[in-house]
Amino acid sequence: MEGDLAHIGAGLAAIGSGAAAIGVGNVAGNYLAGALRNPSAAASQTATLFIGIAFAEALGIFAFLVSLLLMFAV
Amino acid sequence: MATEAEGGGLVFHPMDQFIVKPLFGDGAVGMFTFTNVALWLLLAVACVVALMVLGTSKRATIPTRTQSVAELAYGFIYKMVEDVTGKDAVKYFPYIFTLFMFIVFSNFLALIPMSFSPTSHIAVTAILGFGVFFAVTILGFVKNGAGFLGLFWVSSAPLALRPVLAIIEIISYFVRPVSHSIRLAGNIMAGHAVLKVFAGFAAITAVAPLAIFGIIGIYALEVLVSFIQAYVFTILTCVYLKDALHPSH
Repeated sequence: MEGDLAHIGAGLAAIGSGAAAIGVGNVAGNYLAGALRNPSAAASQTATLFIGIAFAEALGIFAFLVSLLLMFAV
Repeated sequence: MATEAEGGGLVFHPMDQFIVKPLFGDGAVGMFTFTNVALWLLLAVACVVALMVLGTSKRATIPTRTQSVAELAYGFIYKMVEDVTGKDAVKYFPYIFTLFMFIVFSNFLALIPMSFSPTSHIAVTAILGFGVFFAVTILGFVKNGAGFLGLFWVSSAPLALRPVLAIIEIISYFVRPVSHSIRLAGNIMAGHAVLKVFAGFAAITAVAPLAIFGIIGIYALEVLVSFIQAYVFTILTCVYLKDALHPSH
């Protein structure tokens, strides 16, 4: 399946990982901004930070999965 | 599916490392075939057992290195369960600790060169993810009865909005096990595939130095990701457990 439409689709789906990168950057950046304003409250919120990153990242992983499916399963 | 690039660059496929093979002989993989996945899952279990049994057998006042690691892991997860889920959830701590240790050891063992990464398979992580999902859902109904459905009825929202929110909440509840398991498998699979892609570049003379430094960097990142994904899996289990024990918003 050289030059298949599925490959183009897989490439397009990979744009989703860029979107997830924006999301993860947003979470981490806002956490850091908040942590520098009030460092004493930062330590208690690291768990929330990781949950937020995980949720943002999951959607990027879905995009990656779609692209894998297009590459190997379609 | 070996890809031959010009100049003898990429001679193996980056996804080849995830092929499930029977360990003895080469027949078809059946229901009870002892595969490489089974081997590395067993190794992970053996490592967890070794660490915890050897680490806690002496119970020395001045801990040895093994005992320190075992105590550190125990204390880390214990504090997480207490902080995220609450003091009343400590009796579910053994399950959560087992999940964490198992995932973290399968992830770390997978980083040994030429090893196999069982957690890169959605079949493996889906069992873990759906196990958590069913355990938490059944526990929610056992603990709260029909009150568990209050999880989907956001009582702090305006009345007109609640049915709409209920639909969204139900959808998000049933997507949980999917995202829970695919997050782990996807991260590990993507990381190992990237490592193999860089390893393929290392065979091309012009970019070899760059590729080797790339491998070092990505490998360091993968060590971090291995731990963080185990941590995230565990902390999400804690969050889901908290929802089951205290479903009111």
